[in-house]
Amino acid sequence: MKQGRSNLLEKDSTKSVLASLISILIGMVVGGVIIVIVGLGNPNLGIKGALDGIRLVFFGLFSTGRVDNALTFGFNSTNMGDMLFRATPLILTGLSVAVAFKTGLFNIGAPGQYLMGTAATLMLALGIPSEVVPTPVIWVIAFLGGMLAGALWGCIPGLVKAFLNINEVLACIMTNWIAANLVTWMFEGSNFRNLVENTKSGYIYKTTYNGVQTAKLGLDKIFPGSQVNAGIIVAIVMAVLVYILMNKTTLGYQLKACGANRHAARYAGIADKRNIVLSMAIAGSLSGAAASLYYLSGNTEFFWSTYQSLPAIGFNGIPVALLAASNPIAVVFTGCFMSMLDIVGMQLTNLTAYNEYITDVIIAVIVYLSAFSLVIKMLLNGRKKHKIQAVPEAKAAAAAPPPDNGGTAEGKGGDGV
Amino acid sequence: MTFLIQQTLIYAVPLMIVALAGVFAERSGIINLALEGIMIFGAFAGVLFVNLTQKAGTFAEAKAAGDWVTLQGFMILAMVVAAVLGALFSLLLSFASVNLKADQTIGGTALNLLAPALVLFFIRIIANQNTLQMAEGDSASWFMIKKSFFGYGRNDEMGFFGSTFIDKTYLATYICIILFVVLSILLYKTRFGLRLRSCGENPQAADSLGINVYKMRYAGTTISGALAGMGGFVYALTTANCASTGDVAGFGFLALAVMIFGNWKPLNIAGSALIFGLFKCIAASYSSIDINGDGIFLLKELGISPHFYRMLPYLITLIVLAFTSKKSRAPKAEGIPYDKGQR
Repeated sequence: MKQGRSNLLEKDSTKSVLASLISILIGMVVGGVIIVIVGLGNPNLGIKGALDGIRLVFFGLFSTGRVDNALTFGFNSTNMGDMLFRATPLILTGLSVAVAFKTGLFNIGAPGQYLMGTAATLMLALGIPSEVVPTPVIWVIAFLGGMLAGALWGCIPGLVKAFLNINEVLACIMTNWIAANLVTWMFEGSNFRNLVENTKSGYIYKTTYNGVQTAKLGLDKIFPGSQVNAGIIVAIVMAVLVYILMNKTTLGYQLKACGANRHAARYAGIADKRNIVLSMAIAGSLSGAAASLYYLSGNTEFFWSTYQSLPAIGFNGIPVALLAASNPIAVVFTGCFMSMLDIVGMQLTNLTAYNEYITDVIIAVIVYLSAFSLVIKMLLNGRKKHKIQAVPEAKAAAAAPPPDNGGTAEGKGGDGV
Repeated sequence: MTFLIQQTLIYAVPLMIVALAGVFAERSGIINLALEGIMIFGAFAGVLFVNLTQKAGTFAEAKAAGDWVTLQGFMILAMVVAAVLGALFSLLLSFASVNLKADQTIGGTALNLLAPALVLFFIRIIANQNTLQMAEGDSASWFMIKKSFFGYGRNDEMGFFGSTFIDKTYLATYICIILFVVLSILLYKTRFGLRLRSCGENPQAADSLGINVYKMRYAGTTISGALAGMGGFVYALTTANCASTGDVAGFGFLALAVMIFGNWKPLNIAGSALIFGLFKCIAASYSSIDINGDGIFLLKELGISPHFYRMLPYLITLIVLAFTSKKSRAPKAEGIPYDKGQR
């Protein structure tokens, strides 16, 4: 029994989880410290305001508002449901970044793929007449169309990386801005713009205008008052599918081999160029799916004149994937965690004089710490060694992280950025 | 033509100086993906300094007396503050990637997330809105160089050179160009520059010759942070009316593109920054560009969608890179944490 438990602690994956949890804790503490400093420096807030802020940072999900100038806490179905609703696109963009990471690519192009997915989904969902085609069919077509558009857009950086040796980070950034302009161009002058409601002329119609909407599947009964729908289930299913793809299939093995060492993979007979393109296409389709699920929910509106800014959901996929150490199953949890911080931010804005950006600070600190999670893991290792004196040599060697430094060094050397 | 050159310079100079910032980091072996974040932070620091100093009334007399030399000094001071804070912010990156041997891409991404979050958090607390502006007046009335400073009247002509490069320009632009030249010489013609570059190519060999690789990488990243922070403030000053919004419209990433485009060499970077600035300028003001001065707005009359012009800089970068990338050569050791024991 005791032996079994220490084995569990010895496992590399356990240490990864532990390292992530430590990062999260430190990140939240840093957020708390900033809140206290600002609170003490600002006479409007004071110590009481700072305490309220800290309580919200840690337990904002369970906040139920303010009664008699004191915060109240309890089960809040709206917050819970909204957390799941907001987690849906985050999980998918997180998966998108994670898949690319596994192949040694940094998919900073998720915002562009997300935008292309948005455009395709909205055009299909609003363009297909619902009098002729049943709405569930339109939903499926729009969803698949969004994925396809994202995949095609993701292919571009993949292709130029594989065949022209252009750095994928650079290509992704360029395609992001091209997408932002292209989408604005496509919607400008189109009749998808909301011309019925006066104040909404900057937006595209909701998909409910055409009767297309993601099914609720009873989730709205569990979390009354929230926006949750079956999208979260689709996202979780896709996470499982990606897990199976990456860990149980030949294609997944080839993708990971290319990520570990492109040259060695080619030497072993793996078509490295094809795999790089495929990896970016899969990543793109996942980002496209994120957009589809978000906008097919029926109560979200797309601001079409988007050429000056890129969607934050695309960029937020990066911390989601990093925190999950690119593990598809872990992405589900980190996606939920990120959306929980989102909710916390809203509570902070609504209930205190603080604003939602403190949660972005927390996310950034967590990502910063996850950059040297290897160091945290090493510290964990060092402590373990003190506790268990006699570790067999072979076991220690197996538990040590694979020496991938040399491998990535070779791959990254001439890469740039 | 005058308008075209001025606008191009306004876009090209921040790109150029921030791309050089990237060169300093990468030549020392650190991938500085955080340029965008440092720019945002530097812009915030500079604008906050301007805002607070104005509130304190330090330069109110000079402004009232029209003493433009003092006001230019004020601007230079703000640039220095932005540079110092940018350098301090970049220490987060060097600490993670030099001392802790962390993944530099992730560290840079973290800074890119951290900067807008921190900046917006504080802007909201300070200004109770999402933009921090100057406390009074605008950047044109405080910091812009005008022909009246040199005794010209409203209707006097300054000649082509004067009206292009002196009237309605910012001194910051020229300071950046001078810095660009000086630092390029520093990187290529001095002992320090050679040592810095050697750490990006073969740190083990450099170390064996007694160069402290860690120190050099710290130096490279810190110079990089200072330049990027200053570039961020110059961007905010010249294109955003000296306001900080937690956003520099992707200029940090564009600077990275310019750097790769320019093959990590200052002269090529200056050229590609100018090309990029030209297209940015066309995108921003294509409808009012009168190329040969005959009153015909050619680009407007072509009837192409403005979105096409806005896309052009990015499209052209991709296309040109497609032809040149085979030849591009990044510093060999960039992105790899220095490990003394490694061969």
